[in-house]
Amino acid sequence: MKLSNKTPIILAVIALLALLVAALAPTGTTEIKFQAEGDLLPLPNIDVSVSAVTWTAAILLMLLTAYAWFRRLVQKRGSVAWLAPVFGVLFVLSILTTLYAGKTMTLTALLQGSLSLAVPLIFGSLAGVLSERVGVVNIAIEGQLLAGAFCSALVSSLSHSIWLGLITAGIAGALVAWVLAVFAIRYVVDQIIVGVVLNVLIMGITNFLFSTLMGGNLALFNSPPRFDTMPVPLLSQIPVLGPVLFVQTPIVYLMYLAVGLVWFFLFKTRWGLRVRAVGEYPKAADTVGIKVYRTRYISVMIGGSLAGIGGAFFTLGQVGAFGKEMTNGAGYIALAALIFGRWNPLYAALAALLFGFSENLQFGLAIIGSHVPSEFLLMLPYALTVIAVAGLVGKVTGPAASGKAYIKS
Amino acid sequence: MISKFLRGNIALSILAVLVSFVVGGILIALSDPTVQSSAAYFTARPTDLLSAIWNAVFGAYDALFRGSVFNYQAATPTGMIKPITETLAFATPITMAGLGLAVAFRSGLFNIGGTGQIIFGAIFAGWVGINVDLPWALHFPLAVLAGVFGGALFGSIVGVLKATTGANEVIVTIMFNYIAALLLSYFLKTPFLQAPHNINPISKPILDSAKYPAFLGPSFRLHAGVFAMLAAVAFVWWLLNRSTLGFQFRALGHNPSAARVAGINIGLNYVLVMAVSGALAGLAGTSQILGTEGSLTTGVAASFGFDAITVALLGRNNPFGVLAAGILFGGLRAGAVTMQASQGVPIDIVFIVQSMIVLFIAAPPLVRSIFRIRNKQEVAK
Repeated sequence: MKLSNKTPIILAVIALLALLVAALAPTGTTEIKFQAEGDLLPLPNIDVSVSAVTWTAAILLMLLTAYAWFRRLVQKRGSVAWLAPVFGVLFVLSILTTLYAGKTMTLTALLQGSLSLAVPLIFGSLAGVLSERVGVVNIAIEGQLLAGAFCSALVSSLSHSIWLGLITAGIAGALVAWVLAVFAIRYVVDQIIVGVVLNVLIMGITNFLFSTLMGGNLALFNSPPRFDTMPVPLLSQIPVLGPVLFVQTPIVYLMYLAVGLVWFFLFKTRWGLRVRAVGEYPKAADTVGIKVYRTRYISVMIGGSLAGIGGAFFTLGQVGAFGKEMTNGAGYIALAALIFGRWNPLYAALAALLFGFSENLQFGLAIIGSHVPSEFLLMLPYALTVIAVAGLVGKVTGPAASGKAYIKS
Repeated sequence: MISKFLRGNIALSILAVLVSFVVGGILIALSDPTVQSSAAYFTARPTDLLSAIWNAVFGAYDALFRGSVFNYQAATPTGMIKPITETLAFATPITMAGLGLAVAFRSGLFNIGGTGQIIFGAIFAGWVGINVDLPWALHFPLAVLAGVFGGALFGSIVGVLKATTGANEVIVTIMFNYIAALLLSYFLKTPFLQAPHNINPISKPILDSAKYPAFLGPSFRLHAGVFAMLAAVAFVWWLLNRSTLGFQFRALGHNPSAARVAGINIGLNYVLVMAVSGALAGLAGTSQILGTEGSLTTGVAASFGFDAITVALLGRNNPFGVLAAGILFGGLRAGAVTMQASQGVPIDIVFIVQSMIVLFIAAPPLVRSIFRIRNKQEVAK
């Protein structure tokens, strides 16, 4: 395997940037607030010196870069998995402290907001992983999210049962995925076209029904109950991370479970091996007796149901009502997360968290009156994805047969 | 894969449009309050339901016709012919961008980036149209050229990325659509484009010297861009069918490996295809900003990026087909406004009908099975 110099070079560039930040950062202190409501052991706020944080981060980043070069040049090995995330967190921390110089940074709120924004992205990217790993490109994540959001609002309003709404959201997502699969597998239509068109179709249908059906009687059709937060005993008491991760609605716990299960089934079970075989080389899979079409249908539809549940998070988890086009492009960011996460459920979830963080940062910065334009924070997922597919940071290759129809001969 | 859309025949396209309108009619009927209430006593008086359905569907499609072709209810002759000019006003940018996508599709490149390229065309044309002071004879062509260049530039970046790194153009163009929209929204908040002393994201008005002439007078939205559209149709036909470059494009679309063996520079052609495709989308941007809009806002691309994809597919990537499909969808857009105003049918019905058309077109076996048409190829087997 040819070793690439790209990763160490990129790391070196970022480390130099961090050095620049440290050199230019304003003097003063940033107050970091850890407190969240309902903490048993309230942590005191910490005042940190901006220059101390930025310089420490810069030095650590230099050391990590040196380590990456050492691995590359002396040990002749590639990069390690933990390096990039650690690198990213340190760099972001340095930037954040600089931006918040002289202000108070409510870390817990910042992280909580990021997770909320990331939940539908993570569900959506899992849908993409399951679909693309089996060889069907899923551009229709947006439509699956939207269908889930709409149906969950409608059904749980009518039935007054929040869980029935959640299940319906899963079914709705799976139905959209089924249509995608039928057109992609049975009618051998280009999967990208079907995906793009399905998104618009679902948008049209939900907008239409929102105006006609729901608009007629909002109280009856569009006032679903909302999930309450259910703190996990003990775990929710962990400082900082506890309130962020474990004082959440059941949908979020379902998401943790889904990420783990998708990873486990995909990489540790016979079923997952079959899915990946169909996505890489369907002909070979067919030859050894794996039912290519059936595997594709099942995997795409399981993915769709996950995206549907992710869509329910908008209505049952957050807003408490359906709104026109309320997914607002989350499906496309989920697609970006999936590519940036290299078709791996765990990395895709991490990428979605990063995107959620960058999206949420604009609100945090707006509060303190920072002048960083929110557009550039929002642009981050898209720009990173272009960089990733252009192969500037490592090589990103999807499943070999993804997007290709298989015609049994 | 794309060549699949080139096969098939016109009859199938017409049937697809028909089926989609029927589905749209069903939705209109279902959402109509009179239909709903008379369905409750269907067994007692079934004729009530039938007439309610007829009224709802006929009323809606009649409004669609009045809004897009000829308004027989209007008091003045101007009011009567206004709908058809509205249709053409909508059809102009849709067809232009659709032609751009057709060129890309024919060359085997999936350009989903119509929206982004329209936005870039509008940014470039808008900047020139606002900030340059020249007589019309110079200013207008300059602004149009700037828009075409903006679209071509944004498109060709995708081509360069594909040629040099092999980046998948679908993913890149989708991401570029969002990047372009966010850039536009940033520019409209900064002095680069934002009108001074304005808190809304809107630019200064385009100078009259940069505008497409409103040759029918100020009461019509239709402008001379419609002639640019016709010229673009002729140009694309010439490019694809008569020029060497077009031959190379089509060779690329049929079989890139064979094209490479035949001595065609694949990488260069990727860039050229995307430049031409983006240029046409940029032209659509100029039709918006220098024709109908008057000043730049975040909504400049409207849904034309998606419309362009559907138009290219429905027109089977043939320039004349794209023109016909563009006028059809222009009519849908124009008519939907009247349909919403007079019948209360939400404008979103257009998106439903439009996407159904594409799904049916894309899957000929589905339409055949609905109408029980035997496939000639299958019979031959």
